Amino acid sequence: MKINPDKCVACGNCTYVCPMGAIYIDPKIKRATIDRDECVECYACFNGMSQEHMNPTLVRGLRKVFSIMRLRFDPEPDVCPTAAFEPDELAWPRVVRRAFSDPRVPHESTGVEGRGTEEVKTNDISGRVKTGEVGFTIEFGRPGVGVWMREIQDMAWTLAKAGVAFEKRNPITSLMTDVNTGTLRTDILNEKVMSAILEIKVPVSRTEEIIRLVWDVEKRIDTVVALGVGTRCDEAGNETIVAPVLERLGYKLERAKTNVGLGRITNPSAQEAQMETVAR
Amino acid sequence: MTNTLHRFGDAESFRDDYVVFAIACRGKNDEGSVPKLRKFLELALKHKPVNLGDARHGGALRSSRNLNPLSHWNRDDKPDFQAVIDGLDTTTTAAAVFDNLEAAEALTRDVRDADLGLSVNISTSITGAEACCHAAGIPRHSAGYSLGFEGKTEHLPNSDVLKISTMCGHGMVSTSLAKKMIDWVKEGRRTPEQASAYLTRFCSCGVFNPARAERLLEEARGRSR
Repeated sequence: MKINPDKCVACGNCTYVCPMGAIYIDPKIKRATIDRDECVECYACFNGMSQEHMNPTLVRGLRKVFSIMRLRFDPEPDVCPTAAFEPDELAWPRVVRRAFSDPRVPHESTGVEGRGTEEVKTNDISGRVKTGEVGFTIEFGRPGVGVWMREIQDMAWTLAKAGVAFEKRNPITSLMTDVNTGTLRTDILNEKVMSAILEIKVPVSRTEEIIRLVWDVEKRIDTVVALGVGTRCDEAGNETIVAPVLERLGYKLERAKTNVGLGRITNPSAQEAQMETVAR
Repeated sequence: MTNTLHRFGDAESFRDDYVVFAIACRGKNDEGSVPKLRKFLELALKHKPVNLGDARHGGALRSSRNLNPLSHWNRDDKPDFQAVIDGLDTTTTAAAVFDNLEAAEALTRDVRDADLGLSVNISTSITGAEACCHAAGIPRHSAGYSLGFEGKTEHLPNSDVLKISTMCGHGMVSTSLAKKMIDWVKEGRRTPEQASAYLTRFCSCGVFNPARAERLLEEARGRSR
């Protein structure tokens, strides 16, 4: 993303809307400026702010007069008055930033949409997490901190050493040069993204071990982690196996995403495959 | 993406926050899913949602590419639910946000009866989701627990800001803007309703809860953090 200095009137609105705090008013040029190292190309500034198309010279003049009179210029806080934001043509590896940060674009770099997979959201159809298994979503950088790819690699190495397999259709997995070691492509390690998710699945018996490994790595990396734990409920809709483990580890379970189990296979090709499996 | 899962707050603070969403599984039931997703949103509309959204096009309150400067004095903060339904044109995630349990329960019953074949999820407190399933007479299939935020939490802002900004799991609602809106409400420069509308426009998939945001802004008004 870039800000056209000919259009910017330094109103400062965008400095607040940037989730990474990467925009500031440069006192030398008196224009909003983006710290490209910190910008994750999320497009919150471009997509989230409404745009007006006012004459920059007029707005600057008015602002100057107001300033002299000690009057406060009070624009709507979610507006760029001169439509000064202009998207960049992003090349590799910077395009990785946008793929993991702008929720409106599919993963051009990886071919997978979103920052993770469907995880338990479609578990009633995919059967990804079965009874006796636990699916972890280990999300880095959320909320509002961001993460460097090299920090994710640290966690991936640790989990790989523990013999954990990464979810195949996950954007981070597709950027690994070696899924057995968790090593990421070297050319993306210095890219910062809004957030990214490592996804793994283990037997319930390994739940505590995995969480303790995550805790160890969290001490070494300079970001926040949001842990999600997906599991299958029993036939009555109860879940009495994983929750007690998590509570024993000190977690207070407040919120969950609950799949209510209304999904079914309807694609003709998938139905045929299912019938063949049943017939065998 | 776990964009509705990791909202900050305790179970009680989700008393006015129920996100119900429908999603197709790639390769399993995504063919012909667009009319079913639209049907889901139409069913949701009957129960007076506070937001509707699709993950490709956004929510019921969106930013404008060509805002008239005169609108500063008469900004339209009304959500356009029908535009969300009409605009859904591709397989994606369709979401409805409610500020009361009864509406979420009613929608759960309706989608059960409609038999759309899509996966339906409820993101709220664990007890809230259990109540919806109970009301519809269906057992929960799977649960995805949020274990909250950990690691270098010293990078995070205060809890008032976090409760608001984490309602956009994609991170499009910045903590700085959430803090600014709390401050503006404190100063009396904007009402909680107006401040909530500014924040809602940044959410790119329509899962932000403007009703909860209004309540949180009102509660934060008298607090010093």
